[in-house]
Amino acid sequence: MADALLRLHDVSLAFKGITALNRLSFDVERGEICALIGPNGAGKSSLLNVINGVYRANTGDIVFDGVRFERIHPLKAADLGIGRTFQHNALFGRLTVIENVLAGLARHGRANFLENIFRLGRDRAERRSFTTRAHRIIAFLELDPHIETVVSTLPYGLQKRVDLARALVADPKLLLLDEPMAGMNQDEKAEMSHFVSDVNEKLGTTVVLIEHDVGIVMDLADHVVVLDYGRKVGDGTPDEVRNNPDVIAAYLGTVH
Amino acid sequence: MNFFLETLVSGLSAGVMYSLVAIGFVLIYKASGVFNFAQGSMLLFASLTFVTLVEKGAPFGVALGTTALVMILGAILIERLVLRPLVNRDALTLFMATLGLSFVIEGLAQLLMGSDVHMLDLGIDDLPVSVGGLMISQFDLFASGAALALVAVLSIVFNKTRMGISLRAVADDTLAAQSIGIRLPAIWRIVWSVAGIVALAAGLIWGARQGVQYSLSLVTLKALPVLIIGGFSSIAGAIVGGLLVGATESLADIYIGPLVQGSVSTWFAYILAVVFLLVRPAGLFGDRAIERV
Amino acid sequence: MTVASQIADTPVRGVQRRAGLIGRPLVLITIGLVVAFVAIPLVATDYWLSSIIIPTIVMGLAGLGLNLLMGYAGLVSLGAAAFMSIGAFATYNLLLRLPVLPLPVVLVLAGLIAAAAGILFGLPSLRIKGFYLGASTLGAQFFFEWLFTNFKWFSNGSQSLTISAPRLAFLGWDLSAATGRYLLVAAVTALLILLAYAIVHSRVGREWMAIRDQDTAAAVIGIRIGRRKLLAYAISSFFCGIAGALWAFGYLGTADAHAFDLDKSFQVLFIVLIGGTATLFGSFFGAAFIVLTPILLDRIVLATSLTASADQGALANLQRIIFGVIIILLLIKEPDGLSSLLRRGLSGVRRRDTASRAPLG
Repeated sequence: MADALLRLHDVSLAFKGITALNRLSFDVERGEICALIGPNGAGKSSLLNVINGVYRANTGDIVFDGVRFERIHPLKAADLGIGRTFQHNALFGRLTVIENVLAGLARHGRANFLENIFRLGRDRAERRSFTTRAHRIIAFLELDPHIETVVSTLPYGLQKRVDLARALVADPKLLLLDEPMAGMNQDEKAEMSHFVSDVNEKLGTTVVLIEHDVGIVMDLADHVVVLDYGRKVGDGTPDEVRNNPDVIAAYLGTVH
Repeated sequence: MNFFLETLVSGLSAGVMYSLVAIGFVLIYKASGVFNFAQGSMLLFASLTFVTLVEKGAPFGVALGTTALVMILGAILIERLVLRPLVNRDALTLFMATLGLSFVIEGLAQLLMGSDVHMLDLGIDDLPVSVGGLMISQFDLFASGAALALVAVLSIVFNKTRMGISLRAVADDTLAAQSIGIRLPAIWRIVWSVAGIVALAAGLIWGARQGVQYSLSLVTLKALPVLIIGGFSSIAGAIVGGLLVGATESLADIYIGPLVQGSVSTWFAYILAVVFLLVRPAGLFGDRAIERV
Repeated sequence: MTVASQIADTPVRGVQRRAGLIGRPLVLITIGLVVAFVAIPLVATDYWLSSIIIPTIVMGLAGLGLNLLMGYAGLVSLGAAAFMSIGAFATYNLLLRLPVLPLPVVLVLAGLIAAAAGILFGLPSLRIKGFYLGASTLGAQFFFEWLFTNFKWFSNGSQSLTISAPRLAFLGWDLSAATGRYLLVAAVTALLILLAYAIVHSRVGREWMAIRDQDTAAAVIGIRIGRRKLLAYAISSFFCGIAGALWAFGYLGTADAHAFDLDKSFQVLFIVLIGGTATLFGSFFGAAFIVLTPILLDRIVLATSLTASADQGALANLQRIIFGVIIILLLIKEPDGLSSLLRRGLSGVRRRDTASRAPLG
């Protein structure tokens, strides 16, 4: 039997009567890279938002790492080990790279605010271990030349990588990447895609990502789910999906 | 029971005044996202200009027209000197700028026209008449009628005219509106002018009731809770919010006031607004934004 | 695993850079302390201390308190003076009713009482954001002004509803003369600046700024945004509360609730915006501006012949206009406040410095 880390069952979502997700079910295996593809407005970002609790699903339930829930608070999702990057820049713009990454460790902080402010008790060890972890991830993603740079002054491609670092530093079991390569040129895309596969292989993180570039998706992903108007129209290995007539009709045929 | 109803009615008529002030806020907020703290000072300035002109012997109509022109001129100056240089700045900065603006307008008003209390007689007596067994002030009836007329005119202007449609487009999506060729500065000038004229109307009614004096500008402070209860972007909300604040405030003063040794009207509306915020964050008529990430 | 060990060998940048920087702040801090606690008390006259320096420091402290909330945590308060008044009235009552408590303990307790009120009026921040939050704190503004004028218990039954400190002493030193009050104000402020520095450079400060810059992302990565927001209201009110106590007893001597009216709240707000948000020292520049501008305007008016033609009311109105114009101009011309102007000025000087030295080297 397959070992699913994430299991979606019958998930629907509507805004003011407009259906964004329509009775969606699929599994994400532990350790795989799963790509969500589909035209704009297919509901891909909404799906990520449901998984980590930014939106509440109207029906259905989700099982993550053995925990079943119908709705979840974003904080709880973070605590369970769901990390996330964002389609539009959602970095802490006026903080430096290291501060952004350190902020990503929030859920691991146990010291209370008095310990934090006066550098007492648990804060001492936490400061040290947080700094080490942050530096480790920053080096892993080759961001160390920019470590003290204010992120809003970084080029777009690097900002995307800081976003990845911020999500990755907390050791998530599942990493949700919302268009990590959007707006990049081919070289930048290749670089980012290399980092994503490195994260998956070397750190063992399960990845769900949204990407429009079908060529990259087919290379990178172990598993592809195709959405169209909130419905699932394809689900399988890249090869299976490529040859699925419904998928070709709904997506591949119309766009490229 | 009658006492309760009369308290309610007098509260509602104060609420009409609040609504009039709040409408000026809504107009500006919709078109430019600015919470205009200077609305109260505009009200003071307009009523002071009007009453000074009348005292100098100008006929009613001439004084009204001249004051309206002055308010339009003021709007043009404000757009050019304050709003345009601050375009795209955050809401708090814009708010602070209107706070600075209120200092300038209040200072100018009193420097040019003095700080004495002026009596303003609109020719309607503040005498009670009996309506269905309740004693209601004739003046309150007139004020409510004037407010209703103003709202009717405004809603026709904003729903039926080209200008009104442009305004709503700007309120809905500033960038999109600009891209189809709506010129923001022009919209702002018009909206601030209309808000100035609304301030004039509100100033005349308030001024006739309380005398034209500095304290008129403080009415701004009542508008914030009204807007929170009604929703910042809805004229209907401003009216309902105003009535609600007016009514509950005067009821609270009568029924809660004695328990706590004094008038509660300085803060009651705010506490009411905070309760509203907790229960219904977008106000009665406001839209709740969907968060996009 | 190999990756991890590779990673561990990567030199830790930034840490080294910081170490090099430590020298300079130490020198600056020492100079600052010598100026504040030796030079100023020796040189400044009572007029300067009482009318300019003390109010500047105290208002700067209030601005710092509000800046923690607005500049760092990105929340709004239009009622800073309400929390100042709580601090003032709490200090008065604690000194009066619990005479055993020494002054520093009283100030801390007063700050904590203000912090509790801050949490209460910060509760709506859990549901709403942005400018709407102003309503709740504006509610605090009117509520506490009303509370302290309607219930005589708070001013110990005084007919005039005023409070004045029964004693201002520390370890047997009488602090009620100008120099004593100055030293009290300066010492308390120095300690609180240190505290603010520690807060801003701790995890708390980092998470405040994260919430300010991107609250949804902050929640998604696991920051307890609700708790952090309430903590911001609490800490901000703690600072404002102590500033209020210093304003009432270190500056005014005798105060009533109207010393902490809406105008004072707006002044604190101006101080933050004029001084620069998210800076620790900007508020003191902002405060100097707020304190000095009326004095300077007075001087200018007195020096010119305007006095002969205009009456006192007209002068007050003229001041109001000029003050409003300056505020608007500053908001337009200096979006980041006076402190960035100063920083630019300093770095300009330094650049010229190095430029002139370069050919020699």
